[in-house]
Amino acid sequence: MKIIIRNGRVLDPALNIDAQKDLLIEDGLIKDLVSPGSADGWAADAEAVDAGGLLVTPGLIDMHVHLREPGQEYKESIATGTAAAAAGGFTAVACMPNTVPVNDNRSVTEFILQQARAAGSARVWPVVAMTKGLKGEELCEYGDLIEAGAVAVSDDGKPVANAGVMRRVLEYLRIFDLPAISHSEEPSLSEGGAMNEGLTATWMGVAGIPAAAEETAIFRDIRLAEMTGHPLHIAHVSTAGSVDIIRRAKAAGIRVTAETAPHYFTLTDKACLGYRTEAKMNPPLRTPKDVEAVRAGLADGTLDAVATDHAPHASVEKDVEFDHAAFGIVGLETSLPLTLELVRSGVLSLAGAVAAMTVNPARILKIPGGSLAKGSPADVTIIDMEREWVVDSSLFKTKGRNTPFNGLTMKGQAVMTLVQGIKVHDLRA
Amino acid sequence: MLNRKDLLGLESVSAEEINLILDTAENFKEISQREIKKVPTLRGKTVILFFHEASTRTRTSFEVAAKRLSADTFNLSAGTSSMVKGETLIDTGKTIQAMNPDAIVIRHASSGAAHLLASHVKASVLNAGDGWHAHPTQALLDMLTMREHKGRLAGLKVAIVGDITHSRVARSNMIGLRTMGAEVRVAGPPTMLPPGLEQYGAKVYQHMEPAVEGADVIMMLRLQLERQKSGLFSGVREYSRLYGLNTQKIKLAAPDVIVMHPGPINRGVEIAADVADGPYSVILNQVNNGVAVRMALLYLLIGGGQTE
Repeated sequence: MKIIIRNGRVLDPALNIDAQKDLLIEDGLIKDLVSPGSADGWAADAEAVDAGGLLVTPGLIDMHVHLREPGQEYKESIATGTAAAAAGGFTAVACMPNTVPVNDNRSVTEFILQQARAAGSARVWPVVAMTKGLKGEELCEYGDLIEAGAVAVSDDGKPVANAGVMRRVLEYLRIFDLPAISHSEEPSLSEGGAMNEGLTATWMGVAGIPAAAEETAIFRDIRLAEMTGHPLHIAHVSTAGSVDIIRRAKAAGIRVTAETAPHYFTLTDKACLGYRTEAKMNPPLRTPKDVEAVRAGLADGTLDAVATDHAPHASVEKDVEFDHAAFGIVGLETSLPLTLELVRSGVLSLAGAVAAMTVNPARILKIPGGSLAKGSPADVTIIDMEREWVVDSSLFKTKGRNTPFNGLTMKGQAVMTLVQGIKVHDLRA
Repeated sequence: MLNRKDLLGLESVSAEEINLILDTAENFKEISQREIKKVPTLRGKTVILFFHEASTRTRTSFEVAAKRLSADTFNLSAGTSSMVKGETLIDTGKTIQAMNPDAIVIRHASSGAAHLLASHVKASVLNAGDGWHAHPTQALLDMLTMREHKGRLAGLKVAIVGDITHSRVARSNMIGLRTMGAEVRVAGPPTMLPPGLEQYGAKVYQHMEPAVEGADVIMMLRLQLERQKSGLFSGVREYSRLYGLNTQKIKLAAPDVIVMHPGPINRGVEIAADVADGPYSVILNQVNNGVAVRMALLYLLIGGGQTE
């Protein structure tokens, strides 16, 4: 089985390639990248894809999604979640363990991977619980979980409130080569809050979550990473202070990486005005100053990855009073154009944007992919940078309709997504 | 008539509209003085009083107002509604709407609840207090009381003292008074002053004395005593000393100052008993004006159009 993707602008930050190339795929693997037309002999019996005028990148990786299966299939399933991923240009996602039951034991991890194989869209990399039941108390059997397929640990959705437990987790993880992902939130500061503490929350009369709730937790966990020597990844960075703390830690040589989400560099807490629950997530949307700082953090590499924190919810959890509404928004099908907007506005180079969605998350999670190197699995995304489209959440592949971007015009879209050389998304079809 | 379906807050209510409401309320006050305290103005109209949060004063005030205008009123409270069975606010709203009421008065613990309801029903929605966000009828009755005693609102120095963070009364008054050209000062411990108060055009004080200095109106807010547990104040004794209104602090204000309180009052906590009962107090005028303002709002929102 041969495929040739012709005449695309091939951009692979991992290989430092940005050139017009033909991409050759054979038996699900990358065979070669060659000058346009130079492999026509080989391609005589290959399926040809014309990528003229399009961008060809390694398959995008979203290192932070919630697939909700097992247990909350009314919100999302592995089939619908990975279909949304493929539609958004993602060939792989890392799914968080706050399922029901929690992914803190081998049987759940294996179940997730089995469902992922059956679903047939994007690759699924399970992130397992940092502590049993996400309770922030006891360590999980990480060795067993790694054998089952775990790529990282996190209590995402809930902070590990006890600093002593976090210290022991990071220490114990040194036995394994398993990255720790911190949901950084000091619960005594965030408790009861529904949006960013600030003038918009005051105006709306809604209890606030101060930036310091995130920043004090990040500071704590970075100090513990330094103390234990175990690498730490900070999830969903949303404030200027957080970016500053991470930047200093990196400068000091501490092994820390970080991600942010498109909504944090696109929207402010003003998006909540009118009690719009589709703009309610945790951490919350912040201020223009924070948006600028998050953009600057991506630009200078303080923030390594763009991840969506894709968090589908049912309408019954969102069409309610603002303070009762669930936290979280869907993101898989809008992440790429929102990140490309940073390129158009001069914040990121195109290579920087692609790296934040490919090789950087792959390196943090130590998973295959993120590159078009010869012999690697043929996970490829073909992007039309100029394509304009209007977000219509009713057409989403995800079951979640909870997006603050509904009705907005986006520029840029994945027109084809290939996983292991198989088309899992094809807008031309 | 007001050219709007709902009254959810005072953010988008103009000075002209506020004047119309206050003038109408002033006219309606006379009805409550009659021997037969009833006019047929809203005969055949249905008003649902949907109180999802306990309230005696505001609910009674609305009910009295509606009945004096001959509207039919029905009470629906959280304890008796199917919301205790897990029904969503939108579903409850649609159910109420199916009974074709003309107005729904809603009190709810969640900020924005009145907005949510209003966007799902055809009936006029009157916000009787949503979370910490707004209590527009309270602010209007407060403004009516101030106007009655001072003859104007523009230029009045109004000090609002207490827990601003959790106060929908303070928010609605700050917005309404700014629209009417009053000078608003707010004072309270820093733990009860939320960020961004400057957006209301209010001057913010952490001490009570400079806020009440020369004030024409002092509005005291009720202290929720349970907030001591969450560390918002150290105790009633110190709170009362720093932020309680007593005869000493009144001397700092204008000689003809009026003292207001949305009630219910904590005697001896935010307001000394002799002040609450004293010559400066207009607290019972507020209650009286509450009925008039709510009559005016019901009339202006649902009284128009149809004649028999």
